[in-house]
Amino acid sequence: MSIRLAVEKLGVSYRDGRETEVLKDVSFDLRAGERLAIIGESGSGKSTLALAIAGLLPAGSRVDGNIRWPELGRQPANGRDIGFVFQDPSSSLNPVLTIGEQIAEVARAHLGMSWREAYAYAEMLLGRVRLHDPSSALKAFPHQLSGGQRQRVAIAEAIAARPGLLIADEATSALDTIVQAEIVRLIEELVAEDGMSLMFISHDIALASQIADRIAVFRHGRLIEIGEVVQIVEAPREAYTKSLLAVHMGLDTPSLLAPEAVA
Amino acid sequence: MSAPLLVASNLQKRFDSRGRTVAALDDVNFEVAPGETLALVGPSGSGKTTAARALMRLTELDGGDIHFDGEDLLGLKGARLRAVRARLQMVFQDPRAAFNPRATVARVLDDPLRIHGIAPRGERPEAIAQLLQRVGLSPDLASRAIHEISGGQRQRVAIARAIATRPRLIVLDEAVSALDVSVRGQILELLLDLQRSENIPYLFISHDLGVVRAIAHRVAIMDKGRIVETGRAAEVIANPQSDTGQALVAAAPKLRHRA
Repeated sequence: MSIRLAVEKLGVSYRDGRETEVLKDVSFDLRAGERLAIIGESGSGKSTLALAIAGLLPAGSRVDGNIRWPELGRQPANGRDIGFVFQDPSSSLNPVLTIGEQIAEVARAHLGMSWREAYAYAEMLLGRVRLHDPSSALKAFPHQLSGGQRQRVAIAEAIAARPGLLIADEATSALDTIVQAEIVRLIEELVAEDGMSLMFISHDIALASQIADRIAVFRHGRLIEIGEVVQIVEAPREAYTKSLLAVHMGLDTPSLLAPEAVA
Repeated sequence: MSAPLLVASNLQKRFDSRGRTVAALDDVNFEVAPGETLALVGPSGSGKTTAARALMRLTELDGGDIHFDGEDLLGLKGARLRAVRARLQMVFQDPRAAFNPRATVARVLDDPLRIHGIAPRGERPEAIAQLLQRVGLSPDLASRAIHEISGGQRQRVAIARAIATRPRLIVLDEAVSALDVSVRGQILELLLDLQRSENIPYLFISHDLGVVRAIAHRVAIMDKGRIVETGRAAEVIANPQSDTGQALVAAAPKLRHRA
């Protein structure tokens, strides 16, 4: 598989009065069609990494190192080469435009479609993200949809320009577990169908293990460990990765209550 | 188990949504005994938060009956309601939203001690120091502003505020959902320590079955305003009978191991 994205010694500092280093010396490759999970807690730098790759860092940030796109041979355009899904779909959806208008606008801007073609394309995309009744959804405003439906629309918009990379930054964290599982399955299918690479950013290592090929663990702005999912889950090298696995609470985790209270 | 401290019977609540009437709570019944944790679990919109808010009298019900600590909770007004409120506390998901960010930790803890007459002015600094120690924080933190401390520290302060009035029951509404996983375990341990030492029961609202399995004795699964399944947490999660219970178990994230 060819390398779609190469991150080389990436460093990012925010300058807000004083300089704060939020990413330090981060290097990894993402192959075409590969699904990479980025795992970390608050302050790990995982969202900054996504913003740096998408070219969305705040003005005045200092960036060291390189982000290369070998297949593209040019600088990528966010929205066209990179689709971005945020935790809160309200931050990417315009409240005063209909769903159809905002998805069609992406198709017009990046794929050169007419409005008529773009609307038909938007309706097709709403079907792909499994919204019931795509033709009425086209005319709906974001506030008329549930949280899960809004996230489906945000995904349709993110993939509208047929990007090579989809970044999902805590895209399911605000949803309940049942809707979360549906959205994860949807992302998995779309990535496979369109041959996209995926960066799935999450604080939940179990969820990440279900969707990713590889997991990268971040802490305090550094990439501390990267490997195949099974290697990270079954044979982590770093103590911090082991501690993340140890505090995971799954359905097979023993109860913290005294044994007589559970029996 | 001892006699229930809280008995909720036939709770009813309807909302109007775009011309249609939606049942937020429909014949909801549950009990909580001293020292136990009952988890209310369900998807978004299942009614679990509405039930919790009804207990706190933050949402008025259309029908039903709640007895708490021997009193008819829904019939109380004025001073008697305030007195019961001291014994019934709530901790929310986002500790940032629950506090004035500029207030100091001492101020946040002083309020309940003053309002509910727990400690006279001269004794409050000492009471605040003790509360901070009970939730595993240094008394030196008292002078810090809420926005200066970490998310885990803020949730400890929220728990300190809840226990300041010596409550008989605490409602925990997604109280560990927004915390980093490394902090979550510490907060759960703190809650369990408080429960063991003072026999405080919890009504634990969550959509995370892994956390529920770790700390709840019993679970009630809600869907569309109704309780669809109830039982011992370990048993219900191991062998759910309702469609919603099965869907929640199937959807819970699981670590992927070698096939």
